[in-house]
Amino acid sequence: MTHILLRHRDIPDLKNIEVYKKNGGFASLKKAVTTMQPKQIVEEVKASGLRGRGGAGFPTGVKWSFLPDTIWPHYVVCNADESEPGTFKDREIMESNPYQFLEGVAISCFAVGAAEGYIYLRGEFYPLAQQLDACIAEMEKQGYLGGKLFGTEASIRLKTHLGAGAYICGEETALLESLEGKRGQPRLRPPFPAVYGLYGKPTVVNNVETLTNLPYIIEHGAAGFRQFGTEKSPGTKIFSLSGNVERPGNYELPLGTTFRELIFTHGGGIPDGRKVRAIMPAGASSSIIRVDDETFDKVMDTPMDYENVQAVGSLLGSASVIIIDDTHTMAWVIAKTIEFFKHESCGKCTPCRDGNYWMLHLTQRIHKGQASENDIKVLDSVAAQVYGKCLCALGDFSTMAVRSAIERFPEDFDKKVKA
Amino acid sequence: MLVEKYPEEVKAIFAKYPVKRSAVMPLLYLAQREEGYIKKESMQEIAAMLELDVTEVAAIVGFYTMYHDEKAGKYRMQVCTDLPCALRGADKFLENLCENLGVKVGETTPDGLVTVESVMCLAACDKAPMFQLQDGDKVTYYENMTVDKTMELVEALKKAQE
Repeated sequence: MTHILLRHRDIPDLKNIEVYKKNGGFASLKKAVTTMQPKQIVEEVKASGLRGRGGAGFPTGVKWSFLPDTIWPHYVVCNADESEPGTFKDREIMESNPYQFLEGVAISCFAVGAAEGYIYLRGEFYPLAQQLDACIAEMEKQGYLGGKLFGTEASIRLKTHLGAGAYICGEETALLESLEGKRGQPRLRPPFPAVYGLYGKPTVVNNVETLTNLPYIIEHGAAGFRQFGTEKSPGTKIFSLSGNVERPGNYELPLGTTFRELIFTHGGGIPDGRKVRAIMPAGASSSIIRVDDETFDKVMDTPMDYENVQAVGSLLGSASVIIIDDTHTMAWVIAKTIEFFKHESCGKCTPCRDGNYWMLHLTQRIHKGQASENDIKVLDSVAAQVYGKCLCALGDFSTMAVRSAIERFPEDFDKKVKA
Repeated sequence: MLVEKYPEEVKAIFAKYPVKRSAVMPLLYLAQREEGYIKKESMQEIAAMLELDVTEVAAIVGFYTMYHDEKAGKYRMQVCTDLPCALRGADKFLENLCENLGVKVGETTPDGLVTVESVMCLAACDKAPMFQLQDGDKVTYYENMTVDKTMELVEALKKAQE
């Protein structure tokens, strides 16, 4: 199919503003600003059924409609902190299709009445921030950003902000804290950012991929967007495919595409004639889907959308699909994921901070084959005590792989217990 | 002093935000530019500019992994060893690289050029083994790497120094 988000794969040099303009660039922004009311845009995005692509899948238009008209100014903050192990889609969008992304950010600003938008990039994306700064300057020069947009009273200014290496800043309230110049630690909710966000003002926080869909929705309307994907999960999605596959990479496909098509048709299957043993569809935060002779067809024929991935015991999340072949044990896999979460826990909530410390010790001991049978029970119990007891989802995420691995791959742990 | 060294950049940073505390992260990058780490004096200067306690600034330096308060090699070679990269051989790559450079993870080559570190996900999972090279406030990615290619890069960096 043709791409909506990864259009640079069909149109060479799309990151050149003149090429972008020749291919319909900024027509949607102009249409929005000069012919539509902000409320109309919110309604159109609601009708499109666009759901947040950062992982939660919350309807974007509904999120926007929570901003109160009584408190001003409003802010748009774009979450470009992309840090989930297995996710590398936002980076490709910003690198190769930057103007469509920025046009999307500008449309969202107009829709919620924000004169200023911040793009929060992870610190490692330093060269990307420089490129975006240059793109923003070019858009200002040509009248696609700045004051009196297209001769109207609308004013939209965009700015980039670099993080400095902290997974937690992908969590929206931690991101806002970081942007305010503090340590990136989540806030207690409510109040939600829609009411009390950046500098205490109503704020929309949206992911890069989410916003990059907007020019298409404005151009083709909700119905045009809905021609792809499923009723409840419309549109296309970028699947970041990684791990033990022949052709890892980003694949933009309609939501509801099956695992089989992604892994075998696009990804080229598993190298060296090995078998898929496990899939983590939402990066390190996933419950692990078990694949064996008995479940292979059922899993492979599962459509990847928000509802159906849940039905096979996991979540779609940001669609960072990690493939694990049959040479790996889940004891090793969870030792790896916990090493990540232990490092990235921000330390604010005791269950997550201390729980991950203990889970790290336990998973490493198990992986090394030095564990007792009781250690596995203790690990499961620690994970259960972290789950649901923290301010943000990081604590919950850290337990997903651990608990599902113990439950679904018991043989991997029996082998690891010392005789 | 940052204000004297980079007057235009400091001004541009402050102009970016309605609340000046937000300037702390870009200012810290500026402080790290030249020597690859942030000195006490810089933290004091930034604290004074933003009317913060120096402890608050130090807490931010400590929280984020890309800020450093200790001197290391000119370049920090940060290899991602997270699960997706590890599935593509990142652990072995790091081990072999360390052997070739004659250092352990976290150590600096004797000439002070490269500090090798193991880091968390860098959003390049499909191009592992990979690492980023942190040089002051700058970052460059090197993807689909082999130990040989990396050693060539180290040689080139060494030559550029001389």
